[in-house]
Amino acid sequence: MTQTPTVNDLAWIVGGAQGSGVDSSATVFARAAAYGGLHVFGNREYYSNIMGEHSYFQVRLSGHPIRSHVDTLNLLATFDAETVFRHARNVTDDGAIIYDPGLAGTKLDDVPTIEARLRADLQTYLVARGLGFTIQDLLKSAEDRGVTLVPVPYTRLLSEVADENHIDQLSKISRMVNMFAVASSFGILGYDYEMMARALRDVFRAKAEVAEMNVRGAKKAYDLVVAKHLAFPYHLEPIDFRGERRVLMTGAQAIGLGKVLGGMRVQTYYPITPASDESEYIEANQIVDSRAPSADPAEEESAVAKEAGSVLVMQTEDEISAVTMAIGAALTGARAATCTSGPGFCLMMEGIGWAGINEVPLVITLYQRAGPSTGMPTRHEQGDLRFALHAGHGDSPRILLASGDFEEAFHDGAKAFNYAERYQTTVIHLVDKAIANSNGTMPTFDPDQVRIDRGEMITDGWSGRDPYKRFAFTESGVSPRAVVGHPGTMFWNTGDEHDEMGHITEDPVLRNLMMEKREKKLELAAREIPEGEKVNFFGDRTAGTVVVSWGSTKGAILDAMDALHAEGIKLGFLQIRLVNPFPVEAVTRALARAKSIVNVEMNFGAHMGGLIRERTGIEPTHQVLKYNGRPMSSTELAAAFRAIAKGNAPRKQVLTYGV
Amino acid sequence: MASKQVLKVADFQTEVHNDWCPGCGDFGILRSIQMALAEMQLDPSNVAIVSGIGCSAKTVHYVKTYGVHTLHGRPLPFATGVKLANPGLEVVACGGDGDGLGIGAAHFVNSGRRNVDMLYIIFDNGVYGLTKGQASPTLRLGVKTKSLPAPNMNEGVNPLWLALAAGATWVGRGYSYDIKHLVSLIRQGIEHKGYAFLDVLQPCPTYNNINTKEWFGGEDRKEENEGRPLPRVYKLDAEYDPVVHSWEEIDAKIAQAMTKGREWGDKIPIGVFYKNELVPTYEKRISSRVPNYVSNPPAKQAIADTEGRPVADLTKLLQSLAVN
Repeated sequence: MTQTPTVNDLAWIVGGAQGSGVDSSATVFARAAAYGGLHVFGNREYYSNIMGEHSYFQVRLSGHPIRSHVDTLNLLATFDAETVFRHARNVTDDGAIIYDPGLAGTKLDDVPTIEARLRADLQTYLVARGLGFTIQDLLKSAEDRGVTLVPVPYTRLLSEVADENHIDQLSKISRMVNMFAVASSFGILGYDYEMMARALRDVFRAKAEVAEMNVRGAKKAYDLVVAKHLAFPYHLEPIDFRGERRVLMTGAQAIGLGKVLGGMRVQTYYPITPASDESEYIEANQIVDSRAPSADPAEEESAVAKEAGSVLVMQTEDEISAVTMAIGAALTGARAATCTSGPGFCLMMEGIGWAGINEVPLVITLYQRAGPSTGMPTRHEQGDLRFALHAGHGDSPRILLASGDFEEAFHDGAKAFNYAERYQTTVIHLVDKAIANSNGTMPTFDPDQVRIDRGEMITDGWSGRDPYKRFAFTESGVSPRAVVGHPGTMFWNTGDEHDEMGHITEDPVLRNLMMEKREKKLELAAREIPEGEKVNFFGDRTAGTVVVSWGSTKGAILDAMDALHAEGIKLGFLQIRLVNPFPVEAVTRALARAKSIVNVEMNFGAHMGGLIRERTGIEPTHQVLKYNGRPMSSTELAAAFRAIAKGNAPRKQVLTYGV
Repeated sequence: MASKQVLKVADFQTEVHNDWCPGCGDFGILRSIQMALAEMQLDPSNVAIVSGIGCSAKTVHYVKTYGVHTLHGRPLPFATGVKLANPGLEVVACGGDGDGLGIGAAHFVNSGRRNVDMLYIIFDNGVYGLTKGQASPTLRLGVKTKSLPAPNMNEGVNPLWLALAAGATWVGRGYSYDIKHLVSLIRQGIEHKGYAFLDVLQPCPTYNNINTKEWFGGEDRKEENEGRPLPRVYKLDAEYDPVVHSWEEIDAKIAQAMTKGREWGDKIPIGVFYKNELVPTYEKRISSRVPNYVSNPPAKQAIADTEGRPVADLTKLLQSLAVN
């Protein structure tokens, strides 16, 4: 079979036991590729376990921007047996597998962390091919399909490195096999080793000696492989991208940066996967540099701005404390947030109600993960939309916004505080495990696009003739907000229904006025928030088939649409960003003329599909759902959309791909 | 600010109708808080009182300072958020014993670990008053107050012990019918550098017919004392030194406080049991990481210029993530 070379379009996976350095190897791989101007998208999968269970990282590289992972895989980099067993069958026929020849005899039964279901599945596969149950057998089945096998003698290489660096025990440097796997990957791909050396120096920048030992050691693996597989059809070539400042980061970092830029100065949290990454990143960078203000330097405020700022990151005793502490901080005028996942969010209900009735600008970043209960703590889901919408007893207003990609996550991280302060209400920023743990290259963020709007805030004393009323009735529902500690604007808060001063009332007339006042703020938000912040529309506005979705499915949908466009299948895509107040008009307009409406969600219950019907009366004709804990890939979405376009799809398709 | 005028107790009173039962012990605590604030001449705009839920939590509506009436069991985390975002504020948290030692027990424990510079007052009456007299965490095993169908099945927790074990650096107990003494305790608790916990014995005249004002006052022991009541409550005397003067003294001072704090029944001590300012406050711990935390705390930081542009400069952070 003759192959046309595929340049700069690759899906690569590295896998290994948790705790063995899979993340660092994926980071080195991704950074090295990014240094060469390649676009990167990485998807990280791991068990809820500290050490021993299988984790893997898929990194896609491309010459053009990519936004999703795929089901196929062209190059599998392994250094343990389990990764071969789990992923070998998914390598494309023209792909390659890097493996440790010392593990060739390892039997399926020797790997206790492989689930019984997968074990039986693999056995069936091997038996059907008349093969035994070892790594060697599985590799043979791959080779029979055309897959290139790349043995890398890890132990020998480790011994060489140990000898050269006078290290007495191999176990002290055993993690270097990760970098052997990365280096041999770049070897077979014909990529410049210098890029990897640079990435190693960056990743180990705190330990220069370790970095150099890795640079020299990994080069051995590279040299062993390079030029030996010239027929391998996948190649990487550097691209000149000097015109664009680019960053490589995770979603959790993007959100954290957005929040800090947006003025957040207090973040509370209780440890929970996958939300904690954000708090830890902010805490590690809690001193905030201040820009030299462009305003008149004589102004006192500008003098303050020159001083370094800081974010107080508080790890609390539980999520009840996290949410209430954030509210307490917000009452003093600090922009404050908490950050959690489903089980923690469950504990925040009472806080959300209190912030609602007291009109406190509170931001909650909700990293959805697979529920219910503990569910699958490290796996992905968009299963909390309905929950976030109705969280808490009684009717308390809140704004819900959902980010679809890293860039939106960054901007929404900042914008959430503007909404919270302008409408004096809780904002729940819906993100998820997929966006948190994925990484990717993107043009560096432009801080100039961010503006801070603190809404109606009293900052220079109270000169009114009447006493200040924190909950004064106004046309818009928004009362000018003073903060605790501000001179002369004393007010009271209570979780009870209250009067304009903030004192308890059970008066039936006041009760109605207060309920209506609070709701009015959401009506104001619905009027004021520009349509561009409520929804995005991609693709063909006249398309008969419109996909509708929200959150991190965006990337896979757009990549699937691109793939289908090449096949002549044209789709429109309505991405709902503002979930509450629901953009009734914009959604109705986008969906009204569609013949088919395909609702795509990463949950069991089709939450958004139901919400669309509830708020617009329009019912999606098709559902594409997934709830196995692994994010939707562009591969499976393309297949689902193709079936719909061809008219042979069932009303509901459940996507099931996952490793 | 206008020229300083002397603040009177009345300046700390609101006109909100007080709906506590006649004879409630809460009145004494409310009065003592107002008197202490006046005595200290604290700027009402610079004081926040943060309460939980229940009769005691309504206190904030009767005091003319910033008042934050929160959720059941949550005054401490709310107060911690207020104080740490603006450490220049004087923050007093308050609530009932059910609030602080039952539903809020996690916060009680963890506030001791943090040692934030604020005072927490528990209005301790052994019952859940606002829900009509169920047994609360300080009611002792086997006690049957009048609204209980049967004697209490749980042992009472000792708030002083719990506070000491949690790490509170100032532990006191007052009695709501000894206002002068209570004012002094509240003042000392506010002035303490660190987390101060004050347990106030507060008879509930409606539901606790066991630990009544008369019982605390020893009205039932007149015979033993030639017709004069023999009060159960007594003040720790000058011999009792609660202060930890050096790290070496800690074990002894905690042991002393626990021993005293265990007395109950015929003799119930009130006063300052323990005081330790050697432990750094949470504010100090933050300052060790963020040197200008106290002068430029979260609530006071400028976050935007006059055109709404963020003041934060992410250049270095973005550079660390850059690939070119």
